[in-house]
Amino acid sequence: MNFVVPDFYPAAAEIFVAVMALVIMLASTFARSVARNLAYLLTQATLIVAAFITIFTMEGEVVHTFSNLFISDLLGDVLKLMIYFSTAIALLYGRGYLADRKIDKPEYYLLALLMTLGMMVMVTANHMLPMYIGLEMMSLALYTMVAFDRDSARSTEAAMKYFVLGALASGLLLYGMSMVYGATGTLEFSGVAQALYNQTANQTVLMFGLVFLVAGICFKLGVVPFHMWVPDVYQGAPTAVTLVIATAPKLAAFAMAVRLLIWALFDIAEEWQMMLMLVAAASIVLGNLAAIAQQNIKRMLAYSGISHMGFMLLGLLAGVVEGDRHFALNAYSSAMFYAISYVIMSLASFGMLILLSRAGFEAENIDDFKGLNKRSSWYALMMLFVMFSMAGVPFFIGFFAKLSVLQAVVAAGYFWLAVLAVVMSVIGAFYYLRVVKVMYFDDPIDASPIHAAPEVRVMLSANGLAIAALGLAPQALMSLCAFALLRSL
Amino acid sequence: MTDIPLLSLAIWVPIIGGLLVLATGSDRNAPLARMLALAVAVAGFVVTIPLYTGFDVGTSAMQFVELQSWVPRFNINYHLGVDGISVLFVLLNAFITIIVVAAGWQVIQNKVAQYMAAFLIMSGLMNGIFSALDAVLFYVFFEASLIPLYLIIGIWGGANRVYAAIKFFLYTLFGSLLMLIALLYLFMQSGGSFSILDWHQLPLPIEPQILIFLAFLVAFGVKVPMWPVHTWLPDAHVEAPTGGSVVLAAIALKLGAYGFLRFSLPIVPDAANELAPLVITLSLIAVVYIGFVALVQADMKKLVAYSSISHMGFVTLGFFMFNKLGVEGALVQMISHGFVSGAMFLCIGVLYDRLHSRQIADYGGVVHTMPKFAAFFMLFTMANSGLPATSGFVGEFMVVLGAVQYNFWIGFVAATTLILGAAYSLWMYKRVVFGKVANRHVAELEDINGREFAFLAVLAVCVLAMGLYPFPFTEVMHASVNELLRHVAVSKL
Repeated sequence: MNFVVPDFYPAAAEIFVAVMALVIMLASTFARSVARNLAYLLTQATLIVAAFITIFTMEGEVVHTFSNLFISDLLGDVLKLMIYFSTAIALLYGRGYLADRKIDKPEYYLLALLMTLGMMVMVTANHMLPMYIGLEMMSLALYTMVAFDRDSARSTEAAMKYFVLGALASGLLLYGMSMVYGATGTLEFSGVAQALYNQTANQTVLMFGLVFLVAGICFKLGVVPFHMWVPDVYQGAPTAVTLVIATAPKLAAFAMAVRLLIWALFDIAEEWQMMLMLVAAASIVLGNLAAIAQQNIKRMLAYSGISHMGFMLLGLLAGVVEGDRHFALNAYSSAMFYAISYVIMSLASFGMLILLSRAGFEAENIDDFKGLNKRSSWYALMMLFVMFSMAGVPFFIGFFAKLSVLQAVVAAGYFWLAVLAVVMSVIGAFYYLRVVKVMYFDDPIDASPIHAAPEVRVMLSANGLAIAALGLAPQALMSLCAFALLRSL
Repeated sequence: MTDIPLLSLAIWVPIIGGLLVLATGSDRNAPLARMLALAVAVAGFVVTIPLYTGFDVGTSAMQFVELQSWVPRFNINYHLGVDGISVLFVLLNAFITIIVVAAGWQVIQNKVAQYMAAFLIMSGLMNGIFSALDAVLFYVFFEASLIPLYLIIGIWGGANRVYAAIKFFLYTLFGSLLMLIALLYLFMQSGGSFSILDWHQLPLPIEPQILIFLAFLVAFGVKVPMWPVHTWLPDAHVEAPTGGSVVLAAIALKLGAYGFLRFSLPIVPDAANELAPLVITLSLIAVVYIGFVALVQADMKKLVAYSSISHMGFVTLGFFMFNKLGVEGALVQMISHGFVSGAMFLCIGVLYDRLHSRQIADYGGVVHTMPKFAAFFMLFTMANSGLPATSGFVGEFMVVLGAVQYNFWIGFVAATTLILGAAYSLWMYKRVVFGKVANRHVAELEDINGREFAFLAVLAVCVLAMGLYPFPFTEVMHASVNELLRHVAVSKL
């Protein structure tokens, strides 16, 4: 048997992160006295260096390696950059929060890095097995991070829920993959696509497989009817961890959806579009309605996240209309733009929660934002940006995100879906407005000054301003999404 | 024509100025914030003056056009321009902003910088609405202008301000999001253009036209506001601080009416013709029924709010007569209403600042303690009821004439507003100003100070000038209105 040395170059970033994870593990074992700071700084450095590696190894064309298990393309590179970026910011925001609660152990950063690695593998998988391995790597790290505050019953419960349901979803996904394998004889995305194109696949088995795959994807995105874990986990997890869950993994799940559904199963797009349509409509309705009733802002943001993911799916389901693939690029890039916009907004919203929390005090009720304008008009303004952006009001990035997915839906001719989405976003606007209301119209119940590390202040301000700036000039990010998809398809 | 981007200045001077005012921070710097806000408001008005002096009344084409690509991905452009219909509103808006800043000078002691900044930013955004020629740009300004007003009502409003602010926001958001779908449909139909001027030429079958018209009707009808989606307005007016009410009545209500002229009539003319009876019916209900509702109000602000709805019913009525008198009359009515309703709310604000009550029953005999004020208040009340020689008369008379041309009975019903308007305005005036001094508080009232005198006098001059010599206003709009009517008469099927 002859052994071919694969081309490691396209996977340099993944390899680097894996090595650094081990380095951090060893370093924090041997240098116990400075372990916390060391692990944090090394993790941030790893993410930054990984970003540079990704930029320098960017090929501009599609490259396969490791016997076609691995794909390097512009889509993957852009998503990976976004993942580093959002993980780094999430860790930066969360550091003080964890320190206040004495859970900033070096293992936390190690897990975060392993989670990042899992997501990177998901993004660059060209085969269902690495996709699955990446997913599990990410999920296992996240389960542990949710339970990181091990003395908190709520966190442990949330972690348990997350783990059990997550394992179930992984099982569904794996089962779906095995059926697709049964139908097409391959697990490699291009091979599956080829088999579908040649119409050699067994349709019945394929459809069953598709249903399980979509169920698995929907679980990871956290959309109805696979959303049960989202509010409980968001609420139960320490806010710093919620911040992590609500951001980068959404991008990884988006990548998973794109790779599985578009790369592999594009020929049966109209089948999965039907499923996504129901899922998206249900998510937008349920997410927005349930969010209204919440007093806990983490729970509210969880439901709002469900509806946002529903909106993102609107882009994915508008690609193929009656066999016409003309709209596909436009629709998928709008979904990608939506996902990235959501991550940026989500970072800022949970970042604000962390900003308001301090040792011995968890900011997690909407009432904790009362009178923020009187306590700090600057951060009230930033939160105002976030809330109006999430509600889809211009001049914020959320408006253009909604505009682009609605444009895709209208172009595909699904007017009822567009009207439903719009009516629901008016209902959704209510709970975002309520946060603005408590910040601006009510008197503070807690007059303690806001204290946070300078880098958190700077980053959070930059994050809020980015929401406004990208709303004034969305073109660059939009065309980046379109270009990345175009060059990767 | 000059190369100076006047419209951009009209939009961005107040917005950037507003941000500067916001940067003055806490209330320790309140005097600075006030002065800066006034300077910005005046500068914002000054840059709009060349729009009028340099305006070519002979053409219906867009003037002072600026065109730059904004989001090429969706072919969205930063496309500005004004014609005879919109230019006056830009001026009116910039002018009212100065008055609003002056009106909030002493009353607002809490978060002064934020208050002033909100008004300045809103003023810039509204100039953007009136001068946008790209549908997304229009929409962006249209929605963004909700944010400052939401905050103004919610932060500096009255007791029930939160309810009013949220109701205001959600009503308007609902309407405008339906419009967004119509805009996206038009974008698709026109082969990827958001240019409003392109859409004016776009042929459309009747069914989509009707749906688009209805979407626009909801969006603009809520904003105007038309019966039966008017209920947010009395709440918003009553709870808003004086400045908020002035801007709401003088400018924000005009946005909806302006939308009819810029979108509904030229883009879907066949549907407009088809559904004109619907709009006319709704307008007449607003004119008559809301007139009666105004009559029974015990709260002065509510009364003026209902009177605004009734007057705006007149405006939509005028538009859907599809004749020159009707449309021009409606436009004159819009400008006049901008001055008059603004002045009415300022007058009520003057009283409210002293007595902290808006109830008619708490007043009586104000003329004995505030004679100067009573004189101004009388002029504006007369204008509100459409007395000849005031601006209120010109527009109402033109619309009634236009309505009679269209159909005698519609004109007849519309003309009842002259009676109703006189009834509710003058009756309120009588109860508040005349009679014996009602109570100790009224006896202690102080007459208006120099600042209040100044802004009421300026508005009084405007109201009288427009009533006696409306030509400078109508002259500007002739060419554009003719073009619009010509356009509406041509079927797009």
